[in-house]
Amino acid sequence: MYLDYMKESIKKVEATREKRIKETFPKLKAEEKQELLKNYHPDYKAGTVREIKVGVNKGDLVVNEIADILESYSYLNPENFKYENVDYDVDVLIIGGGGAGVSAALSAFEYTKNILLVTKLRIGDANTIMAQGGIQAADKENDSPAIHYLDVMGGGGYKNIPKLVYTLVNEGPKIIKWLEELGVMFDKKEDGTMITIHGGGTSRKRMHTCKDYTGMEIMRVIRDDFFNKRINYLEFTCAIELLTDEDGKCCGAVLLNLENGKILIVKSKVTILATGGAGRLHVQGFPTSNHYGATADGLVLGYRAGAKFVYLDTIQYHPTGVAFPEQILGQLITEKVRSLGAQLVNCDGEQFIYPLETRDVVASAIIRECIKGKGIKTLSGYGVWLDTPLIEILKGEGTIEKELPAMFRQFLRFGIDIRKEPVLTYPTQHYQNGGILINENCETNVFGLLACGEVSGGVHGRNRLMGNSLLDILVFGKRAGKRAGELLRELPPIKKLTLNHLITYHKELKEIGIDENRKSPKILPDYRKGEFQKKLPFLINL
Amino acid sequence: MKEIKIYVMGKEYLVPEGLTIMQALEYCGFFFVRGAGCRGGFCGACSTVYRKKDSFRLKVGLACQTKVEEGMYLTQLPFYPANKAIYNIEELSYDSQIFIKYYPEILRCIACGSCNRVCPQDLKVMEYINAAIRGDVKKVAEFSFDCIMCGLCASRCPAEIVQYYVGLLGRRIYGRLIQKKAKDLEKKIKEIEEGKFEKELEELMKMSIEKLKELYEKREIEAE
Ligand SMILES: Cc1cc2nc3c(=O)[nH]c(=O)nc-3n(C[C@H](O)[C@H](O)[C@H](O)COP(=O)(O)OP(=O)(O)OC[C@H]3O[C@@H](n4cnc5c(N)ncnc54)[C@H](O)[C@@H]3O)c2cc1C
Ligand code: FES
Repeated sequence: MYLDYMKESIKKVEATREKRIKETFPKLKAEEKQELLKNYHPDYKAGTVREIKVGVNKGDLVVNEIADILESYSYLNPENFKYENVDYDVDVLIIGGGGAGVSAALSAFEYTKNILLVTKLRIGDANTIMAQGGIQAADKENDSPAIHYLDVMGGGGYKNIPKLVYTLVNEGPKIIKWLEELGVMFDKKEDGTMITIHGGGTSRKRMHTCKDYTGMEIMRVIRDDFFNKRINYLEFTCAIELLTDEDGKCCGAVLLNLENGKILIVKSKVTILATGGAGRLHVQGFPTSNHYGATADGLVLGYRAGAKFVYLDTIQYHPTGVAFPEQILGQLITEKVRSLGAQLVNCDGEQFIYPLETRDVVASAIIRECIKGKGIKTLSGYGVWLDTPLIEILKGEGTIEKELPAMFRQFLRFGIDIRKEPVLTYPTQHYQNGGILINENCETNVFGLLACGEVSGGVHGRNRLMGNSLLDILVFGKRAGKRAGELLRELPPIKKLTLNHLITYHKELKEIGIDENRKSPKILPDYRKGEFQKKLPFLINL
Repeated sequence: MKEIKIYVMGKEYLVPEGLTIMQALEYCGFFFVRGAGCRGGFCGACSTVYRKKDSFRLKVGLACQTKVEEGMYLTQLPFYPANKAIYNIEELSYDSQIFIKYYPEILRCIACGSCNRVCPQDLKVMEYINAAIRGDVKKVAEFSFDCIMCGLCASRCPAEIVQYYVGLLGRRIYGRLIQKKAKDLEKKIKEIEEGKFEKELEELMKMSIEKLKELYEKREIEAE
């Protein structure tokens, strides 16, 4: 239910709708985009990034909130940690049960049955299940991996690692086929042709969808396959440190059972980090679209063990987070809404940006509009209108219920019918563009440690395009599993398990005067009322 | 801000109006390890059962998507033991008895409609279980598509059916065996394997940023 002054503004939106139907807002030129980004994108705000003072990337710029958790001590004391009781001795350890982790497990399974997947919540309680918009792949007649390649590079500010992009786009169609064979129900015409649409920054309609439940459908299916293969897993179990041997090779991890606080030790020949993103760090106080466990733990674990990262000075803000109602603040309004024809308009009902510019550009334009006083005040900030009723006019009545059931339902629960009323939107922290640097086989610079999915960096450069992340986690998830399988034969045997990497890391932290009480990974955010925010229950023994 | 009274597992708490059930529980000092996943209505981790004061009716919802109301008695269902059939999708072929083979308990459905009443997604659960008994895969797949597998249906089912796994089996059979395969896709994969785009890609990979930018700005965009 909108407040009265909001309803007044809606009247203006309605008044201009007819005129706007025929109006296409001009796309920005390269220089105009640069100008807009520089002035309004949160990444460029002074004082929001800093040079990291410890570790292998010392001197590189990192977003403050990520630097904070990297410049923190382990919960474990490396000097007196007991390694004798190994609880699990496995070939492949996979950390993280989202799309990247589960697809890694499925492909590693072709090499060995001795796999353990551990995840912080339940398998599938992850960013993957929340993906609504779709998955890109260049499989249509008028499309090609080369055309896709150019879109990815342009979107990423030309900072992407070419070999990774090559791998992403070339394997796209194969991944869609794999999903089709697993029984993912894509939106298709009667004759089997995929119904595909545009996304921000695409030059071809190559977004494949499963209504607005694309990530959920993919996750449900690969998780089912994972269960059918009876692969071993532990839920509500969080990796809090990697183990290295005397040569610095990764050889397992220390886990924390979140229900009883018990520490578990896993020895593994190969370890795959698939811990996803960082939304729950709430960079610059932004709300987030991410799941509860998106606290960038994998970055902390990998970095302490010596893995290099790239582009952690940039965060993707999704231009259209929910700005109202407050209960679902920051949750995602998928880009598909704009793909289907909804325009962005200010409080006077005027367009101010071409709706399918890349995300960084659209987010900046919305922020600019609000700073200019053309936004609509909400309880905790501002927002602009996303004119959803246009979809029903342009694409026919019933389109919203058919194409956007998740979003339709979400707003209806709070008394807003998006078929008839527009929605209020403002940027939300959405995606970790950078991460642990990998090569096309998902190898990091630490032997025995692979990474895939949102925790990794390089594929998307400095800005990911919609639909390329679901593709990324499956392409590189599968590759990580395969590489792990191959490595089983190549890697030298593990020597003694240690936390030696922590000894040096802690020393560096001490030298720069970091308070010894500052610990990470964060594990889960604490949203309890201030007075209750004490030590998290599962940390009691640490 | 106005405060309202709620009862968490029977115990009284005052919370500000306007929070979701999940936010309200956190406000009261509960910390979630179980019972919270996506916090956005997609994962089904937060199924909640509640009753309003002076009403015998049990209601259900997702804690992350439901507002607290004055006088709510609430609790969460953090786990429900459910039986999932094990199968190899590659070996499945369609026949009208397939659902009965893997989930024979569907025959015990007494058409009470409890599942429909508790579904937070408002799905026609009972209808797709009936379709499963008849072997109507398309209907099972389409009617169950929006299922977030929260387990509320199974929790109330007197026949002990696990509806959401029946739906999942139906969708996988439908997606794999009934929906037609995408033809463009096969063709494109073949072209990639034959190396049709290799040269072009290699040039792009070696190209200077300036040149890439130029190509990017000039690239042709498919019409809406
Ligand atoms: C709301 C939303 C909408 C999106 N829409 C799209 C879209 O339309 N198209 C697209 O391509 N992309 C989309 N994305 C992005 C995409 O979904 C994610 O980037 C991608 O799914 C990440 O997959 P992942 O497997 O790397 O991470 P996740 O799916 O987040 O999985 C990581 C898992 O690791 C667990 N974990 C974390 N730390 C630890 C630890 N220390 N120990 C054990 N387990 C741990 C987490 O709890 C989680 O289960 C969207 C993202 C969001 C949030
Ligand atoms: S927490 Fe995922 S549906 Fe509520």
